Amino acid sequence: MATSGAILVLYLIAHMYGNLKVFSGQEAFDGYAHSLRELGYPMLPENGFLWVFRIVLLASVLIHIYSAVALWARARRARPASQRYQVKKRVHRTYASYTMRWGGVLIALFVIFHILHLTVNVIAPGGASDSPYERLVNGFQPQFWFVTLFYVAAVVAVGFHLRHGIWSGLATLGVNQARRQPVLNSIATVIALVVTVGFVLPPLAITFGLVG
Amino acid sequence: MNITLRVWRQKGRDDEGRMVTYKLTDVSPDMSFLEMLDVLNEKLTLENEDPVAFDHDCREGICGACGVVIDGEAHGPERTTTCQLHMRSFKDGDTITVEPWRAKAFPVVKDLVVDRSSFDRIIQAGGYISAPTGTAPDAHANPIPKPDADRAFDAATCIGCGACVAACPNASSMLFTASKVTHLGMLPQGQPERASRVVRMINQQDEEDFGGCTNIGECAAVCPKGIPLDTISQLNRDLLGSLGKGIG
Repeated sequence: MATSGAILVLYLIAHMYGNLKVFSGQEAFDGYAHSLRELGYPMLPENGFLWVFRIVLLASVLIHIYSAVALWARARRARPASQRYQVKKRVHRTYASYTMRWGGVLIALFVIFHILHLTVNVIAPGGASDSPYERLVNGFQPQFWFVTLFYVAAVVAVGFHLRHGIWSGLATLGVNQARRQPVLNSIATVIALVVTVGFVLPPLAITFGLVG
Repeated sequence: MNITLRVWRQKGRDDEGRMVTYKLTDVSPDMSFLEMLDVLNEKLTLENEDPVAFDHDCREGICGACGVVIDGEAHGPERTTTCQLHMRSFKDGDTITVEPWRAKAFPVVKDLVVDRSSFDRIIQAGGYISAPTGTAPDAHANPIPKPDADRAFDAATCIGCGACVAACPNASSMLFTASKVTHLGMLPQGQPERASRVVRMINQQDEEDFGGCTNIGECAAVCPKGIPLDTISQLNRDLLGSLGKGIG
């Protein structure tokens, strides 16, 4: 859970960096997207790096989901439905930790939509295009405000997921110590906030006509 | 004080349980929660009803025998054991819900009494040291750095009441196991078994059908002894070390 999560967090940060290139114009954005295909070329075959990257990501996602389901199943077994509390108060748990499981399901559904939309371009609101920049700009036009809304909601869910996930992952990897706890929590909050804002900016900028 | 109690009643292990409502009048705010239950039981006995079974022993907050979930919080609204909780923490006219610890590994024996021998089996799996017995060694024969001694002592204050499991959304016993691993792992006497201890205790904990830890922190928040959450990270670090050495 922690290791696969860490890979995904690092990927998200790289992905966010790429997205922000949209503010440098079509050439920079498309050039960046294209350079990912040629990374390592001619040492690696064309698209080689990209596919290695995709396989590592897919493996991380599958391991992450498998671990989550296993933990959920164990929790169900450890406190079966017949032993539920009549009254249960949240003493310490945060909204972020409370929504890890269902938030994760929402994120998984969003990722499927997201790949169909902007990678494969099968779902193409505003028209399909070979240019990643145009796909992005077409998809988040003001008349497709609902696409933007879903995107923003999913990114906020990712933010909450990271807030608890980064902290929890660090604790699982044995990094947590009483005096480090405030620092670890701050790291989790800052990364969660930066990633949320970084991902929300491009689609909002397009929907509000600042880019494109 | 007048109090309305909603108490979990269950005749035996295999019986269906249900919540039963009782009204108590003239409860003194200076009574402990268990004394209030004693008053209820006296009343039930006089009415020829079965008294409510609950675990208790020292009533000083040091043995770990008592423990019920009060209004959805393990040991109730104060950070102490149920026996050290007093009725002044409630208001006149309150309705108080009292339930047993709920986890598959803690089956209800009767009413509010649960069987916590799963904790004993976790201890038997690795919560010990192999030390020669005999006369007490010299106090300074084994120097231990003060921070290590403090950390070991903080972890050793665990009384095994089970509130961590009761409060955990996953019904995980991680804080309990981690407190033992940290307690023994910080001291030189605990080193010979350190690597195998954590693996054995975790395996036993899984076998008892406790849930997995997701670092939510409810356990440490309700712990009457204030066992810190970072003991769980200590356990994870020991476990990574053991797995790295091929133990497990």
